[in-house]
Amino acid sequence: MPVPFTQTKETYDIIVVGSGLGGLTTANRLAYCGHKVLLLEHHHRLGGLATWFKRRGHIFDISLHGFPYGMVKTCKKYWNKEIMQSIVQLKNIVFDNPQFSLQTTFDREDFTHILETVFKIPVATVNRFFTVVSGMNFYDDQTMTTRELFEEFFPGRSDIHRFLMEPITYANGSTLEDPAITYGIVFSNFMNKGVFTFEGGTDKLIGMMADELERNGVTICTNVKVDKIIVEKGKVRGIEAHGKTIGSKAVVSNSGITNTIYNLTERNAFSEEFLEKAAAIRINNSSCQVYMGIKEGEGINDVGDLLFTSTAAEFDSTELLDRETKSKTFSIYYPKTRPGLNRYTIVASMNSRYEDWAELEEDRYQEEKRSLIARSLRDLDRYLPGVAQKIDWTEAATPKTFNRYTLHTSGTSFGTKFEGLDVSRSIFKEVAGLFHVGSVGIIMSGWLGAINYGVIVSNDVDSYLRS
Amino acid sequence: MTSEEIKNLILEIIEDIDDEADFESLNPDEPLRDQLDLDSMDFLDIVMELRKRHQLQIPEEDYPNLATLNSCAVYLEPLLRNA
Repeated sequence: MPVPFTQTKETYDIIVVGSGLGGLTTANRLAYCGHKVLLLEHHHRLGGLATWFKRRGHIFDISLHGFPYGMVKTCKKYWNKEIMQSIVQLKNIVFDNPQFSLQTTFDREDFTHILETVFKIPVATVNRFFTVVSGMNFYDDQTMTTRELFEEFFPGRSDIHRFLMEPITYANGSTLEDPAITYGIVFSNFMNKGVFTFEGGTDKLIGMMADELERNGVTICTNVKVDKIIVEKGKVRGIEAHGKTIGSKAVVSNSGITNTIYNLTERNAFSEEFLEKAAAIRINNSSCQVYMGIKEGEGINDVGDLLFTSTAAEFDSTELLDRETKSKTFSIYYPKTRPGLNRYTIVASMNSRYEDWAELEEDRYQEEKRSLIARSLRDLDRYLPGVAQKIDWTEAATPKTFNRYTLHTSGTSFGTKFEGLDVSRSIFKEVAGLFHVGSVGIIMSGWLGAINYGVIVSNDVDSYLRS
Repeated sequence: MTSEEIKNLILEIIEDIDDEADFESLNPDEPLRDQLDLDSMDFLDIVMELRKRHQLQIPEEDYPNLATLNSCAVYLEPLLRNA
């Protein structure tokens, strides 16, 4: 249970600012290694973007859409076996667009079969493609773009490019212009064994993580927004929040890399050279979501777990970001998501730009949200005819909503582009004891990326504290 | 620590990471990664565990020295001489 901020001690070994999956994992690992850890979260609940909300008996998951099989090993090693045991496969992934309509288990075997039989690609070419992408590492050459990679193997095949790219764009906001290695790493993770989810929902996962943090002795405070990370003579001294100063040897910021540099730390703590690198960081896009709850006692047919849908003629990263995009993902949560709670919910997700929403006047903003809901209901009706009659709750979230709850710069739901990784990884070389964890560089994004990055950063922090 | 003890230490740490790891047919001169299905995260765990147990600081550029069981022993022996 979180403790009141008034009950915290004067000093800790480490203060973690923010409780996204990266912050939670860093706190857990460092406490497990024997350090005294304080975890501060501005929101009333833990999880960051790994969150949920309740309306009229419905529980809506915000970012539980499907993660790679690697989560099994990661949860077992860095959390516990109980968490690992709740991970289950989503077997029915659907694509539906003007170029093709198909179902897949989203793994290498099935993708190979589809590329061979539906898209008529020789199996040798498919195997070569898989060998190349699965051999990609983050320190490899970054000059090749994903578009160039696709053109090399499947020249002129916009249908195949869409098949390979669309899910990854929804997973981490990347485009065909991003480095091919970021695509290769993330795509290969999924192709390993398919798409998985957490049975019991996000609320159960975060609850289990909070229990594990407590077992390891982490002090948790919610509703505490940190105002400042204190740096003296090039070294971290602690934080300031609610007018109170708490000392620590290290601070791990899980509050977004740009927030950490520009809003939490004094500018003069950094060198000009570092600030120049930070200024070049491109923030990834944000999202829009529409949450739809099916009335208690009503049900819907099983039409798939994750539906990548579009009525746009071809895949186009810019079209996907448009306020009126014709492309969206439906995550459908059947009663199997939360055994015991006999409910169905549907979440439509779209990629979106902050500025397209932030600049709207209030009336227009509300009107645009209503149109977003109407478009989502209309698109969902193609898969579940008459579904609107069964829905008793609809609500929309925009980049402004994401910004309000996560405080992320421009409400980004996927962190930063590739260059953010280097800045995040090197911040402790600028300011001794200051670390960053969170979605950066495309590859350290998503639930698996965030947790694994938390482990990597814990290693840096532990090394710093023991040196 | 002797070379044998160091190898046992590494195997013990790997067993903690993966309780299903099979050491039966392990070739000490072949990469651990290929034989035990270890990934880069697992190597990070080994580094962190060595630091925790023996206050060893292994810089990132030295990670390749941990590739095989024998190379681990060669690299760690001078560092763990008094352990």
